[in-house]
Amino acid sequence: MTDLVLEPNIDRPDDLYADLLEAHEGLDEAASAALNARLILVLANHVGDRELFRAALAAARNAGS
Amino acid sequence: MTRIFETPLYPYARSRDQDAQATIRHPVIVAGAGPVGLAAAIDLAQQGVPVVVLDENDRVSHGSRAICFSKRTLEIADRLGFGEQLVQKGVRWNLGKVFFGDRKVYEFNLLPEEGHRRPAFINLQQYHLEHDMVSRLRQLQAAGAPIDLRGRNRVTAVVPHPDHVVLTIETPEGPYALEADWLIACDGAGSPVREMLGMGFTGRVFEDNFLIADVTMQADFPTERWFWFDPPFNPGQSALLHKQPDGIWRIDLQLGQSIDRTRETEPERVKARLRQMLGPEVDFELEWVSIYSFQCRRMERFREGRVIFAGDAAHQVSPFGARGANSGLQDTDNLCWKIKLVLDGTAPETLLDSYTAERIQAADENILNSTRSTDFIAPKSANSRMFRDAVLDLSAAYPFARPLVNSGRLSLPCTHDDSPINGPDGLADGPSRTRPGSACPDAPLASGDYLLDQLGNGFTLMGLATDAPGISGLRVVDPGGRITPELRARYLGDASSALYLIRPDQHVAARWSTADGATVEATLARVKAGG
Ligand SMILES: Cc1cc2nc3c(=O)[nH]c(=O)nc-3n(C[C@H](O)[C@H](O)[C@H](O)COP(=O)(O)OP(=O)(O)OC[C@H]3O[C@@H](n4cnc5c(N)ncnc54)[C@H](O)[C@@H]3O)c2cc1C
Repeated sequence: MTDLVLEPNIDRPDDLYADLLEAHEGLDEAASAALNARLILVLANHVGDRELFRAALAAARNAGS
Repeated sequence: MTRIFETPLYPYARSRDQDAQATIRHPVIVAGAGPVGLAAAIDLAQQGVPVVVLDENDRVSHGSRAICFSKRTLEIADRLGFGEQLVQKGVRWNLGKVFFGDRKVYEFNLLPEEGHRRPAFINLQQYHLEHDMVSRLRQLQAAGAPIDLRGRNRVTAVVPHPDHVVLTIETPEGPYALEADWLIACDGAGSPVREMLGMGFTGRVFEDNFLIADVTMQADFPTERWFWFDPPFNPGQSALLHKQPDGIWRIDLQLGQSIDRTRETEPERVKARLRQMLGPEVDFELEWVSIYSFQCRRMERFREGRVIFAGDAAHQVSPFGARGANSGLQDTDNLCWKIKLVLDGTAPETLLDSYTAERIQAADENILNSTRSTDFIAPKSANSRMFRDAVLDLSAAYPFARPLVNSGRLSLPCTHDDSPINGPDGLADGPSRTRPGSACPDAPLASGDYLLDQLGNGFTLMGLATDAPGISGLRVVDPGGRITPELRARYLGDASSALYLIRPDQHVAARWSTADGATVEATLARVKAGG
């Protein structure tokens, strides 16, 4: 499997971040959560590899306080 | 009209055993004549092992229960001599539709793999299956097979001894005792035998209740499987519509957690619900209504000395994925040839440890699958519902999400990868689906026959582009001059030749590219010795 990329990999990070916020604009909490859930699934399918996905899950979990 | 499950099929009749001076000993007694007990009895009797079947009842199981029977079950039924009846009567379907809220999100075609004698599965009422099994049992009996089915014989006490079991049996004419070398407990999820031995049955209890209604409909509904998540006629819950033979439809409605069972089964209330679901213009008649809830659990071990558990007595799953009866029939498929060898004195008792090992692996796989389906159909938390709904929304737009939709996964036989009785896999380039521990996939032969019809009841050798060594007592399957493309794909893959040693239950014991008689004999001896 390819390793999970945890080094900077986003070209023009501010623009991408703004896209994310914009997608959520005007949504209430439930709609926002649902959008996130769909987004995770779309990205998960793109990743495809279960090990890679589990590494991403672990990375997300580790960074939480 | 008296219904099939209200008609005595094997009424009580006094047995000679009840008048014997000394307690009679039988080689095998089966407790319970549900689908699993009947399969055990037919299997053993067909191999010449005398068997007594005891049931507290005298008819097929009450009401309507299982409806989906998998290919593996049909293949086992073929070996046991009643497969054709099931397939003749059963309904086949290929198209499924999935609804979410008030819209159809997608439909799918099962596109079953070609080159199998039997379909991926059929829909058939459990009472028809049991009825066909009793007919098969009668047919064997008429041909002189040593099989005795005793209605209204309730097992009330079981006392295990090192080399036999003593049973007390209650009948309409009072109690009597019997002894058995082996007792196979197929007495269902509530297994009184399990209770009598004080053996545990642990797992997860689900709080949801489901209403099943079998209805006859005049409407010309297509033969498809429809599954609804959160439909307007059953908000927040699920629903299933599935066709059975005799113009009967199975409707399954999730009711939720705290419900009033008596009220929910009132015919008028059920009909009102169904009118909402089917539309006001559809005429229907209620055939059967009941409410069920379920558990996913299993025993810690399936054998306690001379008592062996099979079917719902040993493990219980949710109905999603149709793994109850289907896996129970695989239990006895796995067990009966082993008991026969042990009774014949050609295998040690330890061979039976492989029954526990293999069928616990299968039970865990079934429990895992059916628990996951249940969690998708009836999400237990707000978060799990959110992901479930996300999958369904995505499935309407994109094919990628459809495999994540889980309204029950088709019951497939378990591959016993770590079984103690697996022999070597000496076919490095061979297909993964026929590695040792796999149930043999069917394939057409050049003769026009199907492979699985050539297997079963005894050990078999099959050589593909290599000669099978002649070994006494081992049947040889000759695929004929030409190896069909399906046989090649399923058994040869990239290998240029293959030799398969196949167990009586049609599972691969070992395979080589080629092997001599001594190698095969040594492997066979190890399999029979329990590994
Ligand atoms: C709504 C519903 C839908 C289902 N759908 C499916 C499906 O589609 N596919 C599938 O494979 N499975 C399905 N199942 C599961 C299936 O019905 C069971 O797994 C199956 O009946 C188990 O068979 P069994 O022989 O182990 O036990 P049972 O059918 O419960 O038989 C046990 C027998 O033991 C007898 N008995 C009990 N106690 C004693 C005693 N003390 N002495 C003598 N006899 C005794 C009983 O009378 C009974 O005949 C479904 C179940 C339900 C409830």
